[in-house]
Amino acid sequence: MKAGSFEWHPARSADEAVALLAEYAPQDGRVIAGGQSLVPSMALRLAFPSHLIDINGVEEFSRVRVEGGDLVIGACVRHAAFHAPVEPGPLGRLLTQVVHNIAHYPIRQRGTFCGSLANADPASEWCLVAATLGARMVARSVRGERVIEASEWFQGIMTTALEEDELLAEVRLPLLPAGSRAGFYEFSRRAGDYALAMALVAWRDDGGTMREVRIGTGSVEVQPRRITVAEALLEGRVASPDAIAAAAAAVSADVDPLEDIHTTADYRRDLVGTAVRRAYAQAGD
Amino acid sequence: MSDHGPSSLKHGERHNGDVNPRRKFVGQRVTRLEDPPLVTGRGTYVGNLNFPHQLHMRVVRSTYANAIIRSIDTSAALAHPGCRGVWTGADVADIPPITFRPTSIQGLEPYRQYILARDRVRYVGEPIAVVFADDPYVAEDIADLVTMDGEALPVILSADTAPGEFAPGLSTEALVLRKNFGDIESALSSAFKVVEVDVQVGRHSGVPMENRGALARIDHSRDVLECYGQGKRPHAHRDAVATLIGRSPASMHFYEGHIGGGFGVRGEIYPEDVLTCLAAQRFDRPVKWVEDRRENLLACNHSREQRHVVRGAFDKDGRLLGIDAKLWHDQGAYVRTHGARVPDMAMGTLIGAYHVPSYRTVGYVRMTNKTPAATYRSPGRFESTYACERLMDAAAEQFGLSRIEIRRRNLIPKEAYPYARAMEILDHAVELDSGDFAGLLEKTLVDIRWDELQAQVAARRAKGELVGVGMGFFMEKGGLGPVDGAKVTVDTKGKVQVITGASSIGQGVETVMAQIAADALGVEYRDVKVIHGRTDVLEYGIGSHASRATVMTGGATRMAALNVRRKALEFASRHLVEAPVEMLDIVDGQVVRIDRPGEPGIPIGKVAAALAPSPATVEFGNPGLTAEGWFETAGMTHPYGIHTALVKVDPDTGETKVERFHVAYDIGCAINPMLVEGQIVGGVAQGLGGALFEEFVYDERGEPLSVTFADYLMPTANEMPPVDVLLTEDAPSPNNALGMKGAGEAGITGVGAAIAAAIDDAIGIPNAITRLPVTPQRLKALLKQRGAVPA
Repeated sequence: MKAGSFEWHPARSADEAVALLAEYAPQDGRVIAGGQSLVPSMALRLAFPSHLIDINGVEEFSRVRVEGGDLVIGACVRHAAFHAPVEPGPLGRLLTQVVHNIAHYPIRQRGTFCGSLANADPASEWCLVAATLGARMVARSVRGERVIEASEWFQGIMTTALEEDELLAEVRLPLLPAGSRAGFYEFSRRAGDYALAMALVAWRDDGGTMREVRIGTGSVEVQPRRITVAEALLEGRVASPDAIAAAAAAVSADVDPLEDIHTTADYRRDLVGTAVRRAYAQAGD
Repeated sequence: MSDHGPSSLKHGERHNGDVNPRRKFVGQRVTRLEDPPLVTGRGTYVGNLNFPHQLHMRVVRSTYANAIIRSIDTSAALAHPGCRGVWTGADVADIPPITFRPTSIQGLEPYRQYILARDRVRYVGEPIAVVFADDPYVAEDIADLVTMDGEALPVILSADTAPGEFAPGLSTEALVLRKNFGDIESALSSAFKVVEVDVQVGRHSGVPMENRGALARIDHSRDVLECYGQGKRPHAHRDAVATLIGRSPASMHFYEGHIGGGFGVRGEIYPEDVLTCLAAQRFDRPVKWVEDRRENLLACNHSREQRHVVRGAFDKDGRLLGIDAKLWHDQGAYVRTHGARVPDMAMGTLIGAYHVPSYRTVGYVRMTNKTPAATYRSPGRFESTYACERLMDAAAEQFGLSRIEIRRRNLIPKEAYPYARAMEILDHAVELDSGDFAGLLEKTLVDIRWDELQAQVAARRAKGELVGVGMGFFMEKGGLGPVDGAKVTVDTKGKVQVITGASSIGQGVETVMAQIAADALGVEYRDVKVIHGRTDVLEYGIGSHASRATVMTGGATRMAALNVRRKALEFASRHLVEAPVEMLDIVDGQVVRIDRPGEPGIPIGKVAAALAPSPATVEFGNPGLTAEGWFETAGMTHPYGIHTALVKVDPDTGETKVERFHVAYDIGCAINPMLVEGQIVGGVAQGLGGALFEEFVYDERGEPLSVTFADYLMPTANEMPPVDVLLTEDAPSPNNALGMKGAGEAGITGVGAAIAAAIDDAIGIPNAITRLPVTPQRLKALLKQRGAVPA
């Protein structure tokens, strides 16, 4: 469990980082931020990057800010940054609720929000947040900058729309409007484990009626996604346990669950319905 | 030996011969002596040790679960500039297969493992080559260059399907073990009811925090091959490894240093330990090997995987007439250190705490294409207790009795001890030394406030919660003998050194021995230094396993300390004080006159100084304030206990949450209750692992899927319930003067049984749980299948 040899390239600015990436990506170069997935992969010799472009020293990447109705999260913002709300609205509260489900405290001090998005593990909480709330990913390279919608970003298990020479410089999460409610639930074998299923439910409360309903699932299929048939069942409806149960059943029916030696599709299908109901129950006001 | 019956003994009244009854430290919650280096980063684990010019060894492991080796290509590895050597099976063809411990069980020899595979591999992870380099990273790079070409063979992955071929003409059924007493056939035919259960325990194991490691070198100043990092049984394993690599035992020494957890799996004779010592000898350079976690989960002993079919013949009142039990033991790919010890113990202990007039058991010990299996904390007993307690719960249901009442009717009565069973375990006749199980049950019910607990559970159930309580009764065994020795020496400053053959694997052996020695001698326990785990300072030693160290090494330490005390008093009486020896005592490290309290005494350091070699001390007998002590025992000790679990099942997810756990345990004599409680809580955590989380899973090709801590799930602090411990000393062992019975395994033995019973109770389906671990996926499927939740 000792990594193979590699060359380490510390970047001090975003421009330097993308320049290094342009140079080394074709030679098996990878970006490293928190390294909480990459380093174990290297130690297990599942990943053998020849070059690591270390972006931890890029000061602008460590910032999180509100800009133009978005929460903008830089490439090196750690999970732990969300332990307390980063903005006073419902989004800040939701992210604080979600972050405590991510791995363990020491990992959250090092791992990054954008790293999770770039890694695109089907069980990533942040990927579920991004997919459900419609995040936009800002990819930067020596060729320039482009914005990738969440609906385009995820392309299967641990696969994204990011090009080899591109760096995920920031993620833009739209703020939830006033009056929004959002809840998250995941089930895992132990605290901090990868979830077996998770759900995020968000809506705007319009005098008891649910508007702009979003229901997303993660850890169930190859990538997180919104379950629009279930959202439609709630849109414009009065929130009630029965309505939510119907939506949860619709989610269970709609998903195409991953299977493994422990976990059948049937089990995950059940579980994701439970996750939707409990996410709704968790939704703070 | 005491001539009192066990029930007449009370603490403070015990004596034998010249024993003082003093108990200043024994029985006290004194703090551990061994902690300062451990909590200040000064541990000397094998990973912390290095010698100049050392080589690093890396093992290349089979990726085939079962294959004929066509060839192993080492050319690329040898061409690597950092490579200092590559060995395959051909290079160690002179080394015999790894021996197992002496046993009367015949026929296991063909199933032993070579230190590097020859011709054939039988599990993923089997060592096929080793490489050597100056740097551990480079060694891993080189290991990646070694490739094996194999002809894959079909794999066998279960012990309860038809046996196959281990080698041409040799069945994978290595052994069929049998134990019998009484007339089981007539018990079955005359029974009012025969109750049957068919239950399985999953493959899991002890997973110490510290991985295995070894560092070997030849010290040419003494012509001794030293090996560091060996815990558990240094003397026996030194002898075995020396024999394997062709050295005399006296020219080889093992040192354990600090050990980060034993649990049965650490400190066995593994291929890697032999290879490290052999390499130090052949290269004449220090050689270090430290495994990584993936290797640990692949190659360190697995355990526990058994299926039991148990039939109980009961009379009309629910009293056992006999038990007829079959067991299938998944031994994995090879028979290693323990031979058939685990199934032997499982079969011998299955009838546990109950009076069983007749017993017949058959054990099928079968080889599979998985990691070799051996002992893990409470070996055989975790499994057999679970099987037997499943039977008792099933019987309770069928007789319409409470789960407590069925046990009350079958527990061995207090008056029946010592209680012999006409069979052997590990070549020892079974005689349960002492016990009062019914008494412990009543104390347990009081301590857990049984009626109140039942009412709470009923109220919560009425509100729709799936909560339940389960119990697991267990008979443990400890104090495995037959003989252990120790040497106690007082220096001229009055500090005491105890040299033992015990092994310190985190259990607190230094503190416990210091307490025993301090009371026997009459000194402060903090002035006692305990040496352990070294073959160079004591010729014999049994190490630490099978809950034996406190009983056996403690017994020897006490004898040695009493011998030193006697010597000090006799010498003082003759040369230092004008008083007969009967008038002298040692109190707080001073030789004092009993008849003159308050008069200043003579520090024992001064007695030691006066005993320095001189014509007078030679004339006295032998110089030095030092003595050995030997302790022998006729039989094992049999501590016993009851585990009680309160669980809540989530019907939506299938998750089981353990809300409370209670352990009642009669230990005979607790030298340090705080350490006992620590052992028990740690054992409960491991037991919950085996009951709910931990399992080595293989796919249909024999590929192991549980090779990281993301896949092999051990309970963490988050999953641990509060654990309450009720320690009793109602049945001290008559086999040693303090009545000690052993503490190492009490926390784990009944966990599987208690959790299974509690889940049954919570979901309201008797005997639903037949397989451990109870994962959420399995429990949810069970609930759906039984119609407890919507399908």
